[in-house]
Amino acid sequence: MNRILVVAATALLFLGLAGAAWSETDGDDAQAQIEQYRQMLSDGNPAELNEMNGETLWKEARGPKKAGLEKCDLGLGPGVVKGAYAKLPRYFSDTGTMQDLESRLLTCMVNLQGFDRDELAKHAFDGTFGTPDLVAYVVGQSRGQAMSVPMDKPQEKAAFELGRQIFHYRAGPYDFACATCHGENGRRIRMQDLPNLTTTIGAQRAYTTWPAYRVSQSKFRSFQWRLNDCFRQQRFPEPGYASASTVALTTYLAAMANGATYQGPGIKR
Amino acid sequence: MKSKFLVGSALLLAAGTAAYAGDDHPVVVAQLKADFHAKGIAGMDRLDQDQVQATCSFKHSDELPQTLVHTLQAQQLASVRYPSDGKFLGDWRKGQALAESGKGDTWKDKPGAPNGGNCYNCHQIAPSESSYGTLGPSLYAYGKRRGNTAETQKYTYAKIFNAKAFNLCTAMPRFGYAGALTEEQIKDLVALLLDPESPVNR
Repeated sequence: MNRILVVAATALLFLGLAGAAWSETDGDDAQAQIEQYRQMLSDGNPAELNEMNGETLWKEARGPKKAGLEKCDLGLGPGVVKGAYAKLPRYFSDTGTMQDLESRLLTCMVNLQGFDRDELAKHAFDGTFGTPDLVAYVVGQSRGQAMSVPMDKPQEKAAFELGRQIFHYRAGPYDFACATCHGENGRRIRMQDLPNLTTTIGAQRAYTTWPAYRVSQSKFRSFQWRLNDCFRQQRFPEPGYASASTVALTTYLAAMANGATYQGPGIKR
Repeated sequence: MKSKFLVGSALLLAAGTAAYAGDDHPVVVAQLKADFHAKGIAGMDRLDQDQVQATCSFKHSDELPQTLVHTLQAQQLASVRYPSDGKFLGDWRKGQALAESGKGDTWKDKPGAPNGGNCYNCHQIAPSESSYGTLGPSLYAYGKRRGNTAETQKYTYAKIFNAKAFNLCTAMPRFGYAGALTEEQIKDLVALLLDPESPVNR
């Protein structure tokens, strides 16, 4: 219980100190503040609250079918949450498609609980159906596990290759691809360090610390959210939530991170 | 399951060797078009690549056939519309404000709202701004180093208008060509870089 209180108090501190003061373009001050917060949070990431909420939601009877998610199969069998995220995305034979965590959660919440898929997707980032908390809970259950995204099936290899090509696809008014900002070592936008996601070490550092509590927004953010906001800044149209393209991109990044220890949920600017 | 997965064995065959123009390129485009949707000012036409974007998706300029690079750069240079009054230097103060702003052209931005130059996202420019990115080279003392000549003014204007005319696969957007910045805005940025009174050169 003490642990929960510490985390809650820390989260409140965040809301007060960080919420208003941050902007996309703050420089040295922001960097110093981030370090200060990281220090402060060495004993507790506000995402722990999301993890705890998510665990409760996972078991709660919800939706038109008034069911929990205990029978949800995240790839390791019905109900197995421990270690599942470190092995996602993967090919699921029951749906006949590649799925990341959020795509798979949609499947479970539709099939087991009777929620409407479009409604779930529309509110995936705003918490209406608890999706961010469920994500926090599931990824937290892979903390300390080695990333081992399967690359055995042809669909898994195809998704990796599609993801790699989307990563390098330059388009839009500014000619940006993911690779434009994330394809070289040691670069920054303003004061923000950019991981080189085309290297093993860069992909490992980035992927194992997402999803994350986002200090500047005082919110827990999922990986689908991360990709969505990257495409916004890339000046692209919007990717469909949990669409094949985003799952493929996630497959590329996650498999690039294979071998590293998963550390999320992380904490970010 | 609503999500469409169009990719089959074509990508597998191409794995590891695929360049932008591989047999699977149409498959990638089709998948993106199946999965993305227009939002706000960000329409689906933004997914259509022009030749420069397609050519540069998997390669840097120095990895491409040099004849192709020169042909495409010449086409890009021909696209530059120079100021009708023949003047390249605007107001460096406005240029500094413009360089600071990273706004514009995302699906959250309003139609017709003026864009920022996004310059500090990638470049060091005036020494007063210590929060600068490093995707592009430092432009501090740009005018001092190059001299504020007519030739340099014209080159600098053209570079901001269409950076691909000089380095085909550069990360830098084509601000004038894309309609992201107006003639007047580009002049203000040229002044920020070249005006002897600008903090960049003082």
